[in-house]
Amino acid sequence: MAQESQIQLEASEEQVVYAKILEKGMLVGLGILFVTFAIYAFGIMKPYIPLNEISRYWGTNVTEYLHNTGIEPGWAWVTMLKYGDFINFIGIAILAGVTVLCYLVIIPTLLRKKDLVYAVLALLEAVILAVAASGILGTGGH
Amino acid sequence: MISKAKLLIWLFPVFALGGIFPGGIHATEAATTVAAGASYAWWVWALILFIVTLIMGVLAVLGGVGGGVLFVPIISGFFPFHLDFVRGTGLLVALAGALAAGPGLLKANLASLRLAIPVALIASTCAIMGAMIGLALPTNIVQICLGATIIGICILMLTSKKSEIPDVPAADRLSSALAIYGVYHEASSGKTIDWKIHRTVLGLGLFIIIGIMAGMFGLGAGWANVPVLNLVMGAPLKISVATSKFLLSITDTSAAWIYMNQGCVLPLMVVPSLVGIMLGSFIGVRLLKIAKPTFIRWMVIGILAFAGIKALTKGLGIEFM
Repeated sequence: MAQESQIQLEASEEQVVYAKILEKGMLVGLGILFVTFAIYAFGIMKPYIPLNEISRYWGTNVTEYLHNTGIEPGWAWVTMLKYGDFINFIGIAILAGVTVLCYLVIIPTLLRKKDLVYAVLALLEAVILAVAASGILGTGGH
Repeated sequence: MISKAKLLIWLFPVFALGGIFPGGIHATEAATTVAAGASYAWWVWALILFIVTLIMGVLAVLGGVGGGVLFVPIISGFFPFHLDFVRGTGLLVALAGALAAGPGLLKANLASLRLAIPVALIASTCAIMGAMIGLALPTNIVQICLGATIIGICILMLTSKKSEIPDVPAADRLSSALAIYGVYHEASSGKTIDWKIHRTVLGLGLFIIIGIMAGMFGLGAGWANVPVLNLVMGAPLKISVATSKFLLSITDTSAAWIYMNQGCVLPLMVVPSLVGIMLGSFIGVRLLKIAKPTFIRWMVIGILAFAGIKALTKGLGIEFM
């Protein structure tokens, strides 16, 4: 009885697995972000938009910003990793993407426990987040 | 009646912010906003952002609110950054906070994955829609809606009750089918609390609205998650707060990707804000033992109310301070 209560008080297997991956992904993402920002701020890598010119753009809406700078939306930043400002997107993408990984990793555990409903819910969530991340959902801008 | 002391407490931070950012607080047009933004060197703005978000992080913990709900109204009201970039940054800031807190809360079994998964599916899907709507609407419309929402949040903060352990006579059919229940150890009483939820369908329906608003305004949704989980669905307060914090890591992820893919993320805004809020939260937790949370909460409500009015008048094209 006491052992059963203790087991119930403890987090489930899939919850612990989710937490561990979330924690590792967060630490890796933050670590990379701090390093890349230092590279950017100290001018170690040349930025696409010079630091002293960025204030010309941050007051305009995003449509004007993209038009005036010639930056492509979506995953085009991957092709611009030679610039100091765009390497910061590596850490940001990891922070934004780790949740997808967490969902995918817990699906086998849920299936093993024959928790089909939650396995399907987890898969659906992973698909929705992946669609959001893919950039196929455009808005047309202001 | 509101005492003069409380009124001064509400208004002091507002005037202090106005003094620091004379360019930002008076800028209502894009051209003047840009001009104000260009008046300082880039690193000055990064430093100011860091300091302001650090203070926000401290106040958020002491005031019992999320950093995300403070970030968008305050930064959009007092800085020269366009609302598009502020929302993108606000979501990433709220996301980072949730990622930092989430693992610990899950491991401690205070955040419930079983409760979060179905809720997050609805909230994150609607957050995507909210983000798309928010980016498609004219900025002044979003400002008006943001202002009204922030004022609504202030009213909610003033009037909402909390229930430590809600009375849930029986789990409803949906939560029983999904096996959404749990056990946790309440340290204050030393008791082991069994919990279950009810009104699951109503709660899930409310998360549609919460998701849309979170995505549209770039706000963290903790201010709405907790009342719905606690007062509507009947989850204990600690479970509600912890699960809400964890939920943000999913809801904000979905909306953040939309803003990121549309170009609304500037590293020079994101990183100082992120570091500031996280460091501020760390300090706030340490100060919690000695600070007077009620006084801080009044101040936070005052700042939010002013920021909400500013957003509303900005959207209506009315000069306000």
